[in-house]
Amino acid sequence: MKADPKGVLTGAHFIDGDHACSEGAIAAGCRFVAGYPITPSTEVVERIAERFPFVGGVFIQMEDELASSIAIQGAVWGGKKAMTVTSGPGFSLMMEHIGYAAMTETPCVFVDVQRGGPSTGLPTQPAQADMMQARWGSHGDYGIIALSPNSPQECFDLAIKSFNLSEQYRVPVLLMMDECVGHMTERVVIPRSDQIEIYPRRYYEGAKEEYMPYAVNGGMVPRMVKAGDGYRIHVTGLTHDERGYPSMTVSAQEKLVRRLVEKIRLNADAIVEYKEDQTDDADVMVVTYGITSRVAIPAIEQARKEGLKVGHLRLVVVWPFPEKRIRALASSVKAFVVPEINYGQIVYEVERCAAGKSPVELVPHGGGSVHNPKDIYNAIRLMKG
Amino acid sequence: MADELYEIEEAVPVNTVEAYLRTDRLPHIWCPGCGIGTTVNCFAHALETSGLDLDKVAVVSGIGCTGRVAGYTNLDSFHTTHGRAIPFATGLKLANPRLKVVVYSGDGDLTAIGGNHFIHAARRNLDMTVILVNNFIYGMTGGQVAPTTPLTATATTAPYGNFEQPFNLPYLAESSGAVYVARWTSYHVRHVTKAIKEALAKKGFSFVEILAPCPTLFNRRNKLGDGLDQMIYYRENSEIRNGADTKTIGLGFQGKIIVGKFVDSERPTYLDMMNEYYRKKFGDTYEEYRG
Repeated sequence: MKADPKGVLTGAHFIDGDHACSEGAIAAGCRFVAGYPITPSTEVVERIAERFPFVGGVFIQMEDELASSIAIQGAVWGGKKAMTVTSGPGFSLMMEHIGYAAMTETPCVFVDVQRGGPSTGLPTQPAQADMMQARWGSHGDYGIIALSPNSPQECFDLAIKSFNLSEQYRVPVLLMMDECVGHMTERVVIPRSDQIEIYPRRYYEGAKEEYMPYAVNGGMVPRMVKAGDGYRIHVTGLTHDERGYPSMTVSAQEKLVRRLVEKIRLNADAIVEYKEDQTDDADVMVVTYGITSRVAIPAIEQARKEGLKVGHLRLVVVWPFPEKRIRALASSVKAFVVPEINYGQIVYEVERCAAGKSPVELVPHGGGSVHNPKDIYNAIRLMKG
Repeated sequence: MADELYEIEEAVPVNTVEAYLRTDRLPHIWCPGCGIGTTVNCFAHALETSGLDLDKVAVVSGIGCTGRVAGYTNLDSFHTTHGRAIPFATGLKLANPRLKVVVYSGDGDLTAIGGNHFIHAARRNLDMTVILVNNFIYGMTGGQVAPTTPLTATATTAPYGNFEQPFNLPYLAESSGAVYVARWTSYHVRHVTKAIKEALAKKGFSFVEILAPCPTLFNRRNKLGDGLDQMIYYRENSEIRNGADTKTIGLGFQGKIIVGKFVDSERPTYLDMMNEYYRKKFGDTYEEYRG
């Protein structure tokens, strides 16, 4: 279906990534946002608070991030599309409810505008150090989807994509921004509502007495209902059977958790998104995501100017990780260079998929700023073989 | 002639509560003598006479013994995370204001790990009914000290007796902004039923505290006998004092229990406030939010 025109500010804007994210959420049909102030994400909820009274939405500033991250799930079961927004310390507090959303298959969006950590760290400065936390932060086994925008335009576009993916797979989707992208102001073009594709919530349509909340009938994703529609549903974070009833058995655990993991793993080809540049003849492949993808460009251009065959692969969807593509590249390139604003997170995934076929070089950065492109350039030179 | 006696229709006991329960999930997990089941019975009777459309009633629980209530009610029911029933209910209610949202959970869940949410929901006057079963202890995890454990009572994590001041929950609820506050015990089944019915009919944040025995842990550890002994204690030591100043009704260890309806007031709810404020602020450009 197409976006509701009511929320869509069609036109060219000069706004920052945080504001673009808010507009993307509104265009996607989000009408419930719960949040708690935290730098550098606050501008997202500020814009939502300003805009929501006029688009029929409810914004509530909750008492903490624990409350925000579960209030959105109540709102989803009440029939809304919902989002919460935070940064590092708040993201840590939200981990339990990423698990609850995964377990109860509650479609919702978590935005993390990453800043330097650990702990309070660097409140106003960027990092990309929550990437593994995004994947593994809640206890237990489950699958999630995480996206990484590299511009305000993509904050808008990927916010919509986040909502769409969350509805399609009934998972929490994590929009992993960073301070730099969040606070960067650029041109953002918002299309007409009839040009914005929306994945609607897939409600159950069969006979009421036959409804089984967690039956997938050969598929991977069960159909939803919402509270108040007379289904008398039961939703629990405990391991549950197809009726949604707690079931503390090895077989129930196996059946449910395997599906929670596999609905992402087996659909990875459909979910992954990456952009490639000059990869055909590349000897050295620079793998980036988020703001670092832009910082790497001058380094790649400089190396190309000097005749080095350097390609660029940028992850738009980071989780699920594009294993197949990296595996394929590992046979054709001589080395990978992975710059990221942390001391090594996504580089481990690249290493895992390269599986010893080609060396992988991390270009670390502790956070507080972006890389100096020279460091990425030096790594390219070092790895050219 | 004698045969006519047999023509009298045999009386079939009708359990009117069953319709409110997920009978396919019974038997429940609660111990013999536990008071939680009694409160659920009262809740069902309150629903029976409430006139509410049961398809529009949702129960939200947290974690713990009372947290299991959601799983047994034949309503839309949500068993959430520990302490977070109220914020989940907040989202649910704001998303669909036509729902009657009931939070049903225990003292540890709602006032220790979830204490922050409790006071903020009351402050905002969110339109929900909070039924809190207070058994003075963490039951599910095996008898640890709670923010409601009376002074000197023992628990596994207070083996020499509790020296922390417990909460006086009606006082906490009232001072945080609740518009309906009552306390009863599981002995007072008619009063509990009536209180829940009143709370359900109330617009805004309504709060019913129900003291209930935990024979397996609180009673046994404190040598208070079984569930029945605790019911006798409730009967002999409860004093009904409607309208009592909540500041004066804190609970001691096996002391006097002041029960009754303490607060029944009016105040606009969160959504009333929001709609009214925006209507004043923006006039016709604001479309009232109805969910």
